[in-house]
Amino acid sequence: MAVLSPEAAPVAKNHVEYSKAFDAESVAAHLKESVDGAVVSSSSAGIVVDSAKIVDALQWLRDSPELAYDYFSSVTAVDWPDKFEVVYHVASTVRGGPPLALKVNLNDKENPVVSSAASVYQGALQQEREVYDFYGIRFAGHPNLRRIFMWEGFEGFPLRKSYKEAYYEQDRKPFETRWDQGHHIIIEDRVPWHDNVIYPKNFDPTTFKQIREIVRVAPTIEQGDTKALKTQPIVVSVGPQHPSTHGVFRMNVTLDGETIMALDPVFGYLHRNHEKIGERNTFYMNVPFTDRLDYLCGMSMETGYVMGVEKMMGIKPPERVEYIRVIMNEFTRIVSHMFGGIGQVYSDLGAFFTPIVIYGLEERELVLDLFESASGSRMMCNYMRFGGVWRDLPEGWLEVARELAHNRLPKVADEMETYLVKNEIFDVRAKHIGVLPPDLAVNYGVSGPMLRGSGVKYDIRRADPYSIYDRFDFNIPVGTNGDIYDRMWCRIQEIRESIKILQQAIKDIPDGETMAGKKAYSFRVPKGEVFAHIEAPRGDFGWYLVSDHNTTPYRYHVRAADFINLATMEQMCVGHKIGDMVGVLGSVDIIMGSVDR
Amino acid sequence: MKLFPTGTLTGMTLVLKRFLRSYPNDIKENIKARSLFRKTSPEVASERASVTQKGLITVEYPDVKLKPPENFRFIPFLIYEPVLDAAGKPIVNAATGKEEIGVERCTACGICAKVCPPQCIWIVRAVGDDGKPKPQAAEFFIDIDVCMNCGLCAEFCPFDAIKMDNDYELAGYERHVNHIYDYPTLLKSTTYYESIKPTDYANEEAARKAKEEAKTKKPAAAEKTATAAAAAAKTATPKMQEPPAVE
Repeated sequence: MAVLSPEAAPVAKNHVEYSKAFDAESVAAHLKESVDGAVVSSSSAGIVVDSAKIVDALQWLRDSPELAYDYFSSVTAVDWPDKFEVVYHVASTVRGGPPLALKVNLNDKENPVVSSAASVYQGALQQEREVYDFYGIRFAGHPNLRRIFMWEGFEGFPLRKSYKEAYYEQDRKPFETRWDQGHHIIIEDRVPWHDNVIYPKNFDPTTFKQIREIVRVAPTIEQGDTKALKTQPIVVSVGPQHPSTHGVFRMNVTLDGETIMALDPVFGYLHRNHEKIGERNTFYMNVPFTDRLDYLCGMSMETGYVMGVEKMMGIKPPERVEYIRVIMNEFTRIVSHMFGGIGQVYSDLGAFFTPIVIYGLEERELVLDLFESASGSRMMCNYMRFGGVWRDLPEGWLEVARELAHNRLPKVADEMETYLVKNEIFDVRAKHIGVLPPDLAVNYGVSGPMLRGSGVKYDIRRADPYSIYDRFDFNIPVGTNGDIYDRMWCRIQEIRESIKILQQAIKDIPDGETMAGKKAYSFRVPKGEVFAHIEAPRGDFGWYLVSDHNTTPYRYHVRAADFINLATMEQMCVGHKIGDMVGVLGSVDIIMGSVDR
Repeated sequence: MKLFPTGTLTGMTLVLKRFLRSYPNDIKENIKARSLFRKTSPEVASERASVTQKGLITVEYPDVKLKPPENFRFIPFLIYEPVLDAAGKPIVNAATGKEEIGVERCTACGICAKVCPPQCIWIVRAVGDDGKPKPQAAEFFIDIDVCMNCGLCAEFCPFDAIKMDNDYELAGYERHVNHIYDYPTLLKSTTYYESIKPTDYANEEAARKAKEEAKTKKPAAAEKTATAAAAAAKTATPKMQEPPAVE
């Protein structure tokens, strides 16, 4: 069999340059004309849509050939004192440009209901479950509205402002018990089981039964000639303690023999309510917490969050800082792909403890050494600051970075490609397995190398440029088939493109300040909201931040790319053997830190 | 699938090349040390982890340890200035074997406790005989299991009193006693701080000296030197790699 490089085949979808973006006001004007009574009000921050018309409005935005908001970025909610606000972000993979915010006000706080957007965007299926779990907002018409991170039987809705978590102290940090009279108490000794832990009514642990129903989203496959051999499907729980699930992810898989009939992902084993912690923290305190989201690419996480707050505060970081951020982000992308996106997939497909993972790790060590000498830590860097970075790069840092970018990293990329492209065993395991069609990927809001592996040329660095990415010359690699092989191929090409960006950035980096203005640990952020998103190694990571002119964010939402990418797991796996499922999961490249948040 | 797996064999050739490339430096080091089976010496350890290294880049921890870079940060500690003798060396108490504590830099202003993201710092401010609060900590606790090593406390301390340590070996048998560092455990000497972060220490001392001079000298002229010293402190950054560690 001749090995076809995806490069040789024609690119499936849109390689046109992105046209001009629309702002919310002009979209609102169009929407007013086309969908009767949909627009309640509009501002530059977004369009407020009537709750009865939201599905119509989304449908029109998706189908309008001019606007083409085909990409469902995120849905979340904000708990205001008098109402719930459901916030949708939609974007366009055809046009590019920043995402559009649509809002629905639900004034009935006792019984908030809104129509499900799942009929327009299937990506809403999973994210609406998250909103239901955290806010108790019900989505009418949702086929599978169950809790997603919390367990069934959990009482209360954690992100409502009235909810108090276990060991709750105060609404906002810093806590008053810490200073002036900070006599140390071991946190578990306080045991406040009485007032801030809630049980469901009539809860009895001896009689409580967990719901074990599997809800099928993907169509069932034909079972063949059942008369010949009498079989029945069995349900296997894969994970959460399974080495191939990259942490504590679990899937309930319905099997017919070895063929997957249905797959139900179970989340929440690493859930710590990052968003609630984020709303208790001051803006500054959140920076080290973002490192813990996607811990293989802490620098990217920090950049995304810091960019959002900078946008709200109107700070522009100095030139040198922008370059440092680009360098850090691209290094992060390279090591993350080497270890997570490529190395782990080989390992999942049976090449465990073989050199491919280890070879990537060698260079990863050197990059992490660079991070350590610049920021003080290898993975939990905490390097980005609002308007700058912690401190300037150490003496000799750029020389080492240059050596890596010019001599070492390209060689590893070559080596990895050698293993990938011509390897017969890998071909059999990866080609035409876990296929994700491009239209489905876009509809589900899949992003990153997964989306590009399916042939959709959508990269935030180009579609909605941030920082100084518009200055660099790089390409966006796209696959054709959308299988495991193409995703891996895309990642390897992305490593090459990142090396290109690195070489340019290291050459051009100017001298200068590394901080705009004066550092402060406590400050008020102007009233407003922002959705800042970046192209992280695993896709489109977004931060939706709402400030009510206080030291802490009023709403802190993270659009975790790999969590949303996982929504398509069932579509990719049904019909394949259970052994392939592990490879498909590996190619999604999940990090539970950001999936479960 | 092809009958003859040429691609797989190409991959295996690469593995073989890698394998052969791993050991020359190991053998060279052993010849240099004149023994065949010997652990990596600390001198070659830092070479190994460098960007020019081809072959093995690992060292045999914990027999051999790499010295962390100067910017490295782990659990915070508090700084005291030891009592110096005439020769400028710290006086060591013969009975306890510890340095005599001269000045505790911490003023219990509470900024570190306020900026701490996981809120692991607990401070009790000292109270004088007159009942008014003194600029000194009576108690100071850091729960090192809660600490996330972010370094924000050290970044915002206006008195250079709290700094990040380089000691990363903290395993203990018990959490509730050993892992809650109290004031005496946290206090470490400036000489220790100088040994782990020489560039930072030199910068801070220069800035401090300039400030003190500014107080005594004419204010206008001294301000200039102070700002110059502050600017110098800003530009000077620690070096990438430390000289090899000798354990």
